[in-house]
Amino acid sequence: MSAGLQIRGLSKSFGGLAVAREINFDLAPGDRKALIGPNGAGKSTFANLLTGALTPSAGEIRLDGRDIGRLGEAARVKAGIAKTFQITTLFQDLTVRENILLPVLERRGAALRMFRRADADAQANAEVEALMAQFKLNPFAEVRVGDLAYGQQRLVEMTVALALKPRILILDEPAAGVPTGENHLITDAIAALPADLSVLIIEHDMALVFKVARAIVVLVAGAILVEGAPREIAANPRVRDLYLGSRHG
Amino acid sequence: MSLIPRDRRLRDLAILLGMALVLTAAFYAFPDNLAFATRVIIMMIFVLSLDFVLGVAGVSTLGHSALFGAGAYAAGLCAAHGWNEPLLGVVAGAAAAAFVALLSGLFLMRTRGLTLLMLTIAVTEVLGELANKFSDITGGADGLDIVMGPILGVFKFDFRGQVGYVYAACMLLLVFAFLRILIASPFGLAARGIKESPARMRAIGAPVYWRLVAIYTLGGALAGIAGALSAQSTSLVSPAVFDFQLSANALIMLILGGAGRLYGALFGTLVFMSVHEVAASVDPFNWLFIIGALLLAVVYVAPAGLLSLPDLVKRQLRFSR
Ligand SMILES: Nc1ncnc2c1ncn2[C@@H]1O[C@H](COP(=O)(O)OP(=O)(O)OP(=O)(O)O)[C@@H](O)[C@H]1O
Ligand SMILES: [Mg+2]
Repeated sequence: MSAGLQIRGLSKSFGGLAVAREINFDLAPGDRKALIGPNGAGKSTFANLLTGALTPSAGEIRLDGRDIGRLGEAARVKAGIAKTFQITTLFQDLTVRENILLPVLERRGAALRMFRRADADAQANAEVEALMAQFKLNPFAEVRVGDLAYGQQRLVEMTVALALKPRILILDEPAAGVPTGENHLITDAIAALPADLSVLIIEHDMALVFKVARAIVVLVAGAILVEGAPREIAANPRVRDLYLGSRHG
Repeated sequence: MSLIPRDRRLRDLAILLGMALVLTAAFYAFPDNLAFATRVIIMMIFVLSLDFVLGVAGVSTLGHSALFGAGAYAAGLCAAHGWNEPLLGVVAGAAAAAFVALLSGLFLMRTRGLTLLMLTIAVTEVLGELANKFSDITGGADGLDIVMGPILGVFKFDFRGQVGYVYAACMLLLVFAFLRILIASPFGLAARGIKESPARMRAIGAPVYWRLVAIYTLGGALAGIAGALSAQSTSLVSPAVFDFQLSANALIMLILGGAGRLYGALFGTLVFMSVHEVAASVDPFNWLFIIGALLLAVVYVAPAGLLSLPDLVKRQLRFSR
C-alpha cells in the first residue's frame, strides 16, 4: 500500500464522447503537480471524477490504498479530497466569514445543530480567523462575497477548500479570470500551502504553472500525452506544437 | 446610534417583545375583527413556514397546502375522536404534516426546478383526492365539523374570538422565535448555503439531499401547526385546505413582503390579507385585480419585496444628493 492517490485506467464518456481515456495517475503527499492541456481536453472532467461529482465509466481511484471510486462526494471530502471550482461557485450572498465558516462547521460535524448560533462556536471561529489571516482576508471578513473583487473571490475559493483540511487539494484554474496584477495573490497562496499537502493544479497560465509545479502532466483529448519535470515538458516537441499552435503560449 | 441593541440575543428579545406589543395593540384596537385578525396570524405562520423552505433554503414549491391540509386534518380527526384539547391537536397537526413532508420529501427533494414545482402540486392533488375518497374517516366533501375543548382544560374558546386570538398570537410568537433561532444556527446557515449553491455545499461535504429532506420536514411541521390552528379556529376541516389557491396565495404574500427574512412573510401576509379584506368588501368579484396590480408594482419597483423599500428609498436619496 502506498500513500496518496493512485488512479488506474480511469475512463469516462458522455454518450459517445470519451473525455477520459484510461488515465493512470499518481499523486503522493507533498506533490505539486500541474495538469495542462487545450480547452476541452477533459481536465475539469478528470477533477470531477476525483471528487465524485462525476462517476467514472471504468477504472479505479485509490486513496492510501483504499478504493474510494464508489464513494459519494461528501464521503470523499471526509476521506480528504477537496477541490476549487474553475468558475467560482461561492455563496455569493453570504459574507467571507460565513463562506469559510460553513466548511469548517461541516468538517467538524456541527452543521446539524439547530439551537445554537452558528457564530457562537468558539473553536470554529478561531479556525476561521486563522484561515482568513493566512490569506489576508481579515479586512473582508464581513463583506458579501458577491461584492468582492474577482481575485479576492479566488482566494476565498481556495480558503474554503482548505477549511476542509484536505490531504489532496485540486485547484481547477485558480487564476482564471484574475487580473494579471493580482496573479501574485494566487501564487503566494499556493506557495504557502502546507508542505505535506498533495496539490494538483489545473492551469492555462504557463508562467504560473512553471512557478509552482514540480511535475507536469499533459492531457490531450482525454488521454495523458506525456508526464515529466517542467523542463522536460517545456522542451518536448509535441507539447510545443500543441501550445505554439494554440492561443495559450 | 439606534434604539435596537447591538447584542444579537438582546435584539432578538427586543424584536419578539415588539411583536407581542403589536399583537396586543391589535387585540384592543380591533375588538370586533378578532376573527379576521386570527386568520391573518394563522396565515402568517403558514407563510413563515414557506419562507423557511423557499425563501431560506430555496426549495421551489407550489404544494405547501399539502402540509397545511395534513395538519388541519390531523387536528380535526383528533378533535372528532374526543381528543379536543387544542394544544394536543397542534402537536398532532405538526407531527402529521412533518410525516407527510418527510414521505413526499424523500422523492420530491431528488428533483429541482419545474419538475419539483409540478410534483409538489401533484402531491397536494393526491391528498385532496384522498380526503374526498375516504369519506368514512374524513367526512368527504362536507368535511369534519369539530368542537374544541378548552386550552389546557382551562381557557374556553369564546364567541368573540378573544381566546382564539391570544392562542394563535402565542403560537405565532413561538414559531417566529423558533425560526429566528434556527436561521442563525449552523443548520440554518447550511440551508442558506444550499439555496446559494447546492454544488458548493456538496463539495464541502454536506449531504445536500438529506439536508433538504430535513428542511422540508421541519417546514412541514410548521405548516402543519398553521393547518391545525386553522381547523380549530373555524371548527371545520374540508378538502378545501388542499386548494392550490392556498399554496399560490402564500407564495404571493411571501413575494410581496420579501422572501428569506421572516419579516417579509409577516408583512406580506398582513398587506395581502388586508387588501383582500377591504377590496373584497368593495367589489367581491374583482379584488384580485388589486392584488395583481400590487404584485406587479412590487416586482417592478422592489423585486426583493415591500420590506426592501426603505433601503431602496435610502439609496435613491443618496444618489440624488
Ligand atoms: N456534463 C457533460 N456532458 C457532456 N459533455 C460534457 C460534459 N462536461 C464536459 N463535457 C465535454 O467534455 C469535454 C471536456 O470538458 P472539460 O470541461 O473537462 O474540459 P477542460 O479540459 O476542463 O476544458 P477548459 O480548459 O475549457 O476548462 C468537452 O468537450 C466538454 O464539452
Ligand atoms: Mg476546465
